[in-house]
Amino acid sequence: MSGEEFVPLSLTPLLIGTFAAIACALPGNFLVLRKQALIGDAISHVVLPGIVVAFLVTGTISTWPMMLGAAGAAVVAVVLIEAIRRLGQIEPGAAMGVVFTTMFAAGVLLLEQTDTSTVHLDVEHALYGNLESLIWLDATGWSSLLDIEALAGLPPELPRIALTLVGVTLFTWLFWRPLKISTFDEGFARTIGIRTGVLGMALVITAAIAAVAAFDAVGSIIVIAMFICPPAAARMLTNRLETQIAWSVLFATASAVSGYVLAGYGPLWLGGADAVSAAGMIATMSGLILAAAATFGPCRARIGAHTSA
Amino acid sequence: MLWDALTLQLGYNATLVALGATLLGVSAGVTGTFLFLRKRALVSDAISHATLPGVCLAFMALVALGGDGRNLLGLLAGSAISAWAGLLCMNWLTRHTRLAEDAAIGAVLSVFFGFGIVLLTVIQTMGVGRQAGLEGFLLGSTAGMLWADAMIIAIGGAVTLLLVMIIRRPMTLVAFDPEYAAARGLPVHRIDLAMMGLVMAVTVVGLKIVGLILIVALLIIPAVTARFWSERSEHVVLLAGVAGGLAGYIGAAISASAPNLPTGPIIVLVSFAFFVVSLFFAPKRGVLAAVLRHLRFQRRVHIRQGLLALAQGQKIYEPLTLRLLRRAGLARADGVATDTGKARAAKALRDERRWEIVRADLAHEATAALYDGLRDIETVLTRDQIAEIDRRIGGPQGILL
Amino acid sequence: MLDLISNEGVTVGDQGLAESPLAVRGLTVSYGQKPAVFSVDMTVQPGAMTAIIGPNGAGKSTLLKAALGIVSPLSGQVTVFGQPLEKQRARIAYVPQRASVDWDFPTRVIDVVLMGLSRELGLLGRVRARHKACAMDCLNRVGMRDFADRQIGQLSGGQQQRVFLARALAQGADLYLLDEPFAGVDAATEKAIIAVLKSLKEAGKTVVVVHHDLATVTDYFDHVFLINTRKVAEGPVAESFTAETLQSAYGGRLATAQIDQLSRAQG
Repeated sequence: MSGEEFVPLSLTPLLIGTFAAIACALPGNFLVLRKQALIGDAISHVVLPGIVVAFLVTGTISTWPMMLGAAGAAVVAVVLIEAIRRLGQIEPGAAMGVVFTTMFAAGVLLLEQTDTSTVHLDVEHALYGNLESLIWLDATGWSSLLDIEALAGLPPELPRIALTLVGVTLFTWLFWRPLKISTFDEGFARTIGIRTGVLGMALVITAAIAAVAAFDAVGSIIVIAMFICPPAAARMLTNRLETQIAWSVLFATASAVSGYVLAGYGPLWLGGADAVSAAGMIATMSGLILAAAATFGPCRARIGAHTSA
Repeated sequence: MLWDALTLQLGYNATLVALGATLLGVSAGVTGTFLFLRKRALVSDAISHATLPGVCLAFMALVALGGDGRNLLGLLAGSAISAWAGLLCMNWLTRHTRLAEDAAIGAVLSVFFGFGIVLLTVIQTMGVGRQAGLEGFLLGSTAGMLWADAMIIAIGGAVTLLLVMIIRRPMTLVAFDPEYAAARGLPVHRIDLAMMGLVMAVTVVGLKIVGLILIVALLIIPAVTARFWSERSEHVVLLAGVAGGLAGYIGAAISASAPNLPTGPIIVLVSFAFFVVSLFFAPKRGVLAAVLRHLRFQRRVHIRQGLLALAQGQKIYEPLTLRLLRRAGLARADGVATDTGKARAAKALRDERRWEIVRADLAHEATAALYDGLRDIETVLTRDQIAEIDRRIGGPQGILL
Repeated sequence: MLDLISNEGVTVGDQGLAESPLAVRGLTVSYGQKPAVFSVDMTVQPGAMTAIIGPNGAGKSTLLKAALGIVSPLSGQVTVFGQPLEKQRARIAYVPQRASVDWDFPTRVIDVVLMGLSRELGLLGRVRARHKACAMDCLNRVGMRDFADRQIGQLSGGQQQRVFLARALAQGADLYLLDEPFAGVDAATEKAIIAVLKSLKEAGKTVVVVHHDLATVTDYFDHVFLINTRKVAEGPVAESFTAETLQSAYGGRLATAQIDQLSRAQG
């Protein structure tokens, strides 16, 4: 394909999809190891009520209030889950199930009650985003990458998700050691003075920020899939955390690129006329990668299952 | 208006929906309880999301066979097949790889759902307008529910309920202690699969009314709610059924009473309201009861420790201990014991001595196990026994206060 | 009544607090409504090897965890070398029970030992050759040098325990706290661990071990702390590890014959 076609139509969605996938996969590694993978699921469900409330408060579809609303909802959900878990002595899975379904229901109800006929705000969009529409109309070819005027016309989602990716990477890099130690052995982490509670919350908030930024562009399915599938697949390939992270980034990228390409061109190759959902396809591809890793990965079997003597 | 709805006087469709929702609530509550007791509540999230590709494939198959694709029975059959496939994938991942169950749930949930969305977009390009019904499976749609639809839900719900009742004993055993159940020769893996099969059945039956995202709430919330009120599993199952049924009924009625009140979310919110009330006000496990109990307990510990410190002439370090002693009239602000305080302190110390004797004595083994630093010795021994112990300690006799 | 109070007198003077590597006052910890540890005072002697012993469920591990701030107590105070715990964390090394760790975690033996150096390394400090050498040296001391590149879950229970001890050694602490280090380990590991602990003691460090095997107490330790929810006895093994104290700590759970045997072994 020529640059004239590729740059305006495919470059930006590809980049956004890839950045979103990596931004979710990075914290996902720790969530999976901490057996908190479903926090990602919970967060992505509660983004909807957050966005609706932000819309009700501001009355417009503008990005920052909505992102704040979504991030706020994620924090509220996490705090509620923790509160219900402790106050009611309920296992974390059930506490999560209570909170995110209720918040999602409240979001749907609020949406139904609100007149959103003039704006683009609906449940389907929240679920699977609209990656395909994030095109760069001002671009005319590769040369546009150097053209300030054209760059100004980039879809705003791109700089936003890029910034988020930088933030998530910084967090992971900066707190690498405490994150690793407290995930492996929380008791020991506390004895050397790591504030494990604060760190755990920071990880969840980082995941929430990644989820919200990614969600804005690609919908919530990609978010859940990328939190879990690339790290889970990477887990089957290595016994070193550093290597696992590298694999997960690779898998996230591979899912995003192959998913986007297949969604756009797969149907054409099969004789169809229209593209299918890119978000759905990216999630599907990540699932296929996981299936392959789970079948052939050299480190797929559990070790050290004997926890007590 | 709400009253009319609650008494089923809002017409044919509203009545159908209310009855269907009630039945669904009961069977989801009952089935979900076993899942919750097995600590696998969120498996339902994977199962429900995994129905989507099946619905879409069934629709495509029905259209390909020349039908109009909206045959509810056909769509539900498709959803059951793909949910079952999702369940098997999840089981395979947890049994044969190092992935923990939560990661397996999340992987199946997102991948199946993602694939379902892909199929949904394929259907959208197949023909115009015919796919309209399918999005309804995401969030449920009760408008224009047909008599046949209601019958499918009613029969499905009733059959599920019946099956749950039949295998409730082995399911309870497996949920309570899988290793013991296995040792007794129960096929734990198969019972687990049967449990998941029932959850799947409820999910499929509930797709039409509340949709695949919110059915999870009906499986989890009533069970968690019921757990607050009873320590016996049979009662929890029953109560969860009642809570689910009531939520379904009231939710459907509220939803019918005014426009723009979608049935699924309202049922979930009603269910959540029951949960909140239980969380705070349940008599034993509720938060209010627990807070009161903890405060009382903390007070007992501090007063006891304070008394022992007073008796041994030690300094009291904790400000809270001193404050509680002062408030009980046992010590002055400077940490010196009052007369009552001295008496109580001596009694506390003597009780400790008595406990020491009891705990070192083989004859009192059962009593000794009750020791926790707080229990008054006269609640576990008779006066004669205490007198006997006092004789062995020696020193002043007859302190019983 | 009054003379009962004066009889008891002041048992533990607070003069011990400043010198003690680990002093606990009035510590009560409860899970739910039953205290696991009730109003316990403990003063660990500097440069000694102390065993915390008591029956199952007597609060041994809980006492250690509360002293380290891993579980939060209902009341009571902890001082480490005469100061609050937070100020002295660098001087404590802790070896948890093996069961408390995710053995499937993707990490190698050498990485686990390097965790012991994390205070020195800080957030972003690079692991340099001298850190590696230090970690290898610690592994050598527990006889695990050849296993440095293994995944942690591939080791046997005893080997895992030794790796944890190596991590504690890497911390270069003055006070070592070990929770049941001999539970479910092979004889070779037990020997290796006790040799390391004795060398620590010779170097003037203080060692506290939650211990469950009464038969080895006199061989391994010089101080004991007997607990059964409350403190039963505390002091040098010769004085505090006696038939009476064992009887009051274990009550009916220990046959008289056993106690006789143990106290004879000591005498």
